[in-house]
Amino acid sequence: MATFWIILTAILVSSACAILGCFLILRRMALVGDAISHAVLPGIAIAFLWSGSRDSLWMLLGATVFGLLTVFFIQSLQAGGLSSDASIGIVFTALFAVGVILISLNAGHIDLDLDCVLFGEIAYVQWDTLTLGGTDVGPRAVWMLGITLLVILLVIGLFYKQFKLCAFDPALAAACGIPVVLFHYLLMGLVSMTSVASFESVGSILVVGMLIVPAATAYLLTDRLGKMILYSVLVGAASSVGGYIMAYALDASIAGCMVAVAGILFVLALLLSPKHGIVFRYARRKFAAR
Amino acid sequence: MWNWIVAILSDPNTRWILLGCLLLGFSSGIIGSFTFLRRQSLMGDTLAHAALPGICIAFMLTETKSVGLFLFGALVAGIIATFGISWITRYSRIKQDAAMGIVLTVFFGIGVVMLTRIQHGASGSQSGLDKYLFGQAASMVMTDVYVMGGVCLVLLIACLAWFKEFKLVSFDPGFARGMGLPVGMLEQLILLLTVIAVVAGIQAVGVVLVAALLVTPAAAARCWTDSLSLMVLLAGIFGALSGATGTIFSTLVPNLPTGPVTVLAATVLFAGSALLAPRRGLLARRLRSIQAKSAYLREEHATLQTLSAQRAQQERGEL
Amino acid sequence: MSDTFLSEKSQPQLNANRLKGTQPTSAPLSVRDLAVAYHKKPVLSGVSFDIPEGQLIGILGPNGAGKSTLIKAVLGLVPKMHGEVKIFGQSYREQRRRIGYVPQRESVDWDFPTHALDVVMMGRYGHLGWFRRPGKKERDLAAHCLEQVGMGDYMYRQISQLSGGQQQRVFLARALVQDAELYFMDEPFAGVDATTEKAIISLLEQLKKQGKTVLVVHHDLATVEEYFDHVLLLNGRLVAGGPTNEVFVPDTLQETYGGRIAMIGSRSEKGQV
Repeated sequence: MATFWIILTAILVSSACAILGCFLILRRMALVGDAISHAVLPGIAIAFLWSGSRDSLWMLLGATVFGLLTVFFIQSLQAGGLSSDASIGIVFTALFAVGVILISLNAGHIDLDLDCVLFGEIAYVQWDTLTLGGTDVGPRAVWMLGITLLVILLVIGLFYKQFKLCAFDPALAAACGIPVVLFHYLLMGLVSMTSVASFESVGSILVVGMLIVPAATAYLLTDRLGKMILYSVLVGAASSVGGYIMAYALDASIAGCMVAVAGILFVLALLLSPKHGIVFRYARRKFAAR
Repeated sequence: MWNWIVAILSDPNTRWILLGCLLLGFSSGIIGSFTFLRRQSLMGDTLAHAALPGICIAFMLTETKSVGLFLFGALVAGIIATFGISWITRYSRIKQDAAMGIVLTVFFGIGVVMLTRIQHGASGSQSGLDKYLFGQAASMVMTDVYVMGGVCLVLLIACLAWFKEFKLVSFDPGFARGMGLPVGMLEQLILLLTVIAVVAGIQAVGVVLVAALLVTPAAAARCWTDSLSLMVLLAGIFGALSGATGTIFSTLVPNLPTGPVTVLAATVLFAGSALLAPRRGLLARRLRSIQAKSAYLREEHATLQTLSAQRAQQERGEL
Repeated sequence: MSDTFLSEKSQPQLNANRLKGTQPTSAPLSVRDLAVAYHKKPVLSGVSFDIPEGQLIGILGPNGAGKSTLIKAVLGLVPKMHGEVKIFGQSYREQRRRIGYVPQRESVDWDFPTHALDVVMMGRYGHLGWFRRPGKKERDLAAHCLEQVGMGDYMYRQISQLSGGQQQRVFLARALVQDAELYFMDEPFAGVDATTEKAIISLLEQLKKQGKTVLVVHHDLATVEEYFDHVLLLNGRLVAGGPTNEVFVPDTLQETYGGRIAMIGSRSEKGQV
C-alpha cells in the first residue's frame, strides 16, 4: 500500500511537471523553472509561520506568490539591462537565502528540515493524511498534487492555443492582442504551485528534474507539440516507476533515483530517437553519402 | 557594536573562519567577473550541482573527508558536465539552457543517490558530508582555511597572469581565435578556475547558494565601472565584504547560518549598486531619460516655432 | 484617400515638418511626431506621415535607421517616447483585426515542434477570442493560403525542414490568413531565393488589387522602383516620403544614406554622380 501511495505521488508530480516543462523548454525558460522551484522556499516558510501549521491551501497560495515575485524580479533586472542568466542567478539565490534564514531562525516553529527541502521524504508521504469531516481521505500530498494537476490540465487545456502561440512567436501573439505577459505569469504561477505542492514529498531536485528532463526527452522524439506533451508525461511516469524500483534495489534516495532514471531515458532518446537521435542521424548521413 | 566586533575577532576560531570567508569571497568575485561577462553566470550553479557525484565518488573511494580530494572529484565531474552540455547542444536540437538544466539535475540526482548510499552505509554518519553540502562555514578548521588561502592565491595568480587573454576570450572569442590564441584551452582554464571556486564555495555557503558568490558581486561591480580591471577588483572586494558580513552576523546571532547571510549581504550590495551607481545605476538612468525627453520636446517646440515664423514671413512676403 | 502624403521632394526638410502639429487623419496609417528611444539613444525622432490606401509602400534606409523600429512602434511592440499613431483613424488596439504582421524570420525558433499548416493557422488565433479552438474552418482557410503562396505540398512538413524561402512563404501565408486591410512586412525579401521572391511579389500585387495597403521594410535599392508605388526614406528621421518616381532620386537618397551612391541604369540620364 505504501508503494502505491509513493508511486502515485511521484506520478502526479512528474505529470504536472511534464506538461509545464514542455512549455518551459520551448520558451527557453528551463532555468527559470529551476530558479522558481528554489525561490518558493521563503514563501513556504512564511506560510508556515503565519498559519502556525501545515495549512496546505494557504501554503500553496502564499508560496505561489513568491514564485510570481521571482519572475517579476527577474524581468525587472533584465529590463534594466542585466543579462538573463545573471538576473536569474541573483534573484533565486537571494530568495533561497531568505528562506533558509527564516527556517533556521524559527526552527522551533517551523517543522521543516533543510534536507527535506532539497530531497523530500517521499517515503513518509503516506503517513501524513488528511482528515475531512472525521474520515481519513488519504495522504495530504496526494490531495495537493491532485488538485494542482487538475488546475494545470484546466488552464493549459482552456488556453492551449495562447500558450502555444506565446511560446512560438510572442511578437505575433502580442500583435494579435494576446496578453503575452499574463500568460507568462500564468505559466510561472503554475510552476510555483507545482514546486510547492511537491517539495514536501519529493523536494526541489525532483521537481526541477521532472520539469526539464522528460520534456527534453519528448522534444527529441516528436515534431508535434501535443504528442510532445503526451510523451513527456509518459516518460515522467516511467521515470517514477523505474526510479522507485531502483531505489528499492539500491537502498538509496527515491527522488534521486527517479531523476537518474529520467536521465537514462534522456540519453537513450538522445542516441536512439528515430527522428533526432544521434545514431540514426549518423546512419542516415552515411546512407545518403553512399 | 564595536565591542562585539572586537570580541569576535579575539576568538581564534572565528578569526580563521572570517579569514577563510574573506578569501573565498574575494576569489569568487574575481573569477565570477569573467563568467558574468561571458553570460555564463549559471554555470556556477550547474557546476555546483554536478560536482556532487564527483565528491561522493572521491569519498567512497578513499573513505576520508578531505577538501583536496573533493576538489579533485568535483573537478572531474565538472569537466564531464561541461562536455555533456556542449555535446547535447551540438548534437541535438536542445538549446543550451535546457542542456544545462538536464546536466544539473541528472548529475545532482545521481549524486544524491550516492550520498544516501553513503549515509546508509557504515561510515556514513561520520562523513560530515551533508554539513559540507549545506555550507557550514562554522565547521571550518585551520586546514580548510589553508586550502581556501591556496585556492585564492591560485585564482589570483592565474587571473593576473592571463588577464589580457581572459579579457579577449570573454569579449570576442572569434577574434581571439583569429589572433591565434588557444581559445579552447583558455575557456577550459576559466572553467577550471570556476570549478575550484565553486568547490571551495560549497563548503562556506552550500550547493544551492554558491552560484551567488560568483554572480552577485560581479554584477554589483559592473554597475560602477566600464574598466575590466577595476570591475574585477571591485567584484573581489564586494565578495570579500559579503563573506565578512556573513561570518560576523552568523557569529553574533545564534542559529544563523553563514551562507545565506553572505548571499544576502552580496545581494544588498548589488541592489545598492544597481540603484545608486552614477551613470549605470537605475536612478541615474531615470534622470537621464527624463532629461532626454524634455530636451527632445524643447527642440521640437523650437523647430515648430521657427517653422511657423518662416511660414508667416512667406505669407507676408507674397502679399 | 486624402493625398496629404508628402510629395514635394524638393524641400524634404520642410515637408517632413509640414505635418507636425496637425491632426492625424483616417488614412490607413497616420503618424505624428513619433519618437522612439532605446536606453536614451534616440532611434527615431519627429516622424510624421500619412499612408495612402491601396498602395505598396517601401520603407528604406541604412542599417540602424529605425525601419524595423518604426513598424514595432506602430504595432505597440516597443514603447514610444513621444508621438501619436492612428490606424484608420483609431488606436492600434481598436483596429487590431484589420492589421496583418509579417515579422523578421529570425524572430522565431524554427525548431518548434509544429508543421507549416499549424503555423498558418496561428494567424487566426487573434480572431478566435479567449476560449474557442481552431477548427475545420480555420484549417481550410490556412490550407487555402498555403496554396496561394505555392506551399500546398508542404502543409504537414516540420518547419525546421523548410528552406529559408519556404519559411518566409509560410509567414506570408500566415499574414494572408489574418485577412487584414493593412499589412506590415519586415524585410520579407531578406535572404530568399528567386522563386520565393517572385511568389512574394505576385502576392503583393494581388493584395494591392484587392485594395489592401502594404508597408514593407526593404533593403535592396535596386528593386525599389520595380516593386513600390511609394517610399518612405528613413534615417533616424523621415528624410522624405512620397511617390517613388518623385522621391526616389539621388539627392534624397544621398541624404538618407550619406556618402555617394552610384545610380546605375534608368537614372543615369537624370542624376549626376
